[in-house]
Amino acid sequence: MAGVSTKEIANRIRSMESTKQITKAMEMVAASKLRRAQAQVLNSRPYFEILYSTINDIVESNRDFSSPYFANRETKRTLFIVIAGDRGLAGGYNSNVLKLCYGEMQGKDVSVLPIGKKAVDFFKARKLPLLTESYYEAEDVSVGDCFTVAKMLCKAYRAGEFDEIRIGYTNFVSVLSQTPATMKLLPLERADNSEQKGTSDICYEPDSISVFESIIPEYLGGIIYGALCESRAAEQAARRTAMDSATQNAEEMIADLSLKFNRARQAAITQEITEIVAGA
Amino acid sequence: MNSFPLKIVTPDGLQYDGQAEELIVRTTSGDVGILAGHINCVAPLGMGRAMIVSNGEKRCAACIGGMLSVVSGEVNLVPTTFEWADKIDVDRADASADRARKVLADKGATAADIRIAEARLKRALIRKNVAAQI
Repeated sequence: MAGVSTKEIANRIRSMESTKQITKAMEMVAASKLRRAQAQVLNSRPYFEILYSTINDIVESNRDFSSPYFANRETKRTLFIVIAGDRGLAGGYNSNVLKLCYGEMQGKDVSVLPIGKKAVDFFKARKLPLLTESYYEAEDVSVGDCFTVAKMLCKAYRAGEFDEIRIGYTNFVSVLSQTPATMKLLPLERADNSEQKGTSDICYEPDSISVFESIIPEYLGGIIYGALCESRAAEQAARRTAMDSATQNAEEMIADLSLKFNRARQAAITQEITEIVAGA
Repeated sequence: MNSFPLKIVTPDGLQYDGQAEELIVRTTSGDVGILAGHINCVAPLGMGRAMIVSNGEKRCAACIGGMLSVVSGEVNLVPTTFEWADKIDVDRADASADRARKVLADKGATAADIRIAEARLKRALIRKNVAAQI
């Protein structure tokens, strides 16, 4: 009887060892991808921030609201761009951002533009109208793709297909902390309803309508790209942390099982000796 | 000469952050020169050469797409691509121009392909032009 149990334990230890090897390998892969993604985030962050603050400055001191991007029409249909990962096993990364976005969508008439396999699957399963499924692989989306999407969205927005565009992504705060967030992209509006700060008029070259017409797609594309970089880094960081703790758990279980295995083996030996001594 | 704070950022990172005396960029409606004390101004960028004068030193770059904004004296240039003249890969630009010319010569190319090829050819020519001017 003792023999069977030592064998069982040995089997479990072996399977635990191979699981540990897998999680360890995944952690290492995530760590090396994280390094690359982190560099990308650090590079693109100034762009993201300056672009955002520049547009904000313009909106703050703007007094010409003839552009359709300012038009505060009644919000009937909202478009959500949701960026999640392509694969699971990244701790709460996917579910956090998806839940946050899904929560915000409640009670609204929405369309979704999912980026990443997990986002596509999630919203498909909930039968929400998807704008396109062509961004199935979040890892393959390039800067060019972001600008293409932005152009398409601006066209649809001007045509009145949506009255609001929001984006849901994950902020890469640090290697240990990632927070999901949503942001309103269009229509442009002042952060607070306070009095206008800048009294000076802005000179638009050649005129405000065509300026906004060409700047807003750029702005949207830049913001989407920035959000994508943040999300990618956050995904790798989340996966690294998750796999690190999985490896640790596996190690703990192996230590526990080894102890049990040794005890069972010792018990078997003791029993055998007792039997021999008793027989002699 | 008076100087103004200038920041140039692209999706690839911060390209310039400091004082400059003069900035000339190609906007969609032609070249625009910025000096210190410019009024607030916003303009979308076209495709062309950008020239920056800082500490009396001229530097040129290929600057494509994006926007220029001057808000209370601070100048932000946010292009889609921005390459300093000495960092332009001329061989790559040549190869890109050749590829684009092939597409344009092909009678079976679709309208979308032709549009992309035209833009690519234009970018390549600007890069070569700027690189030749160092």
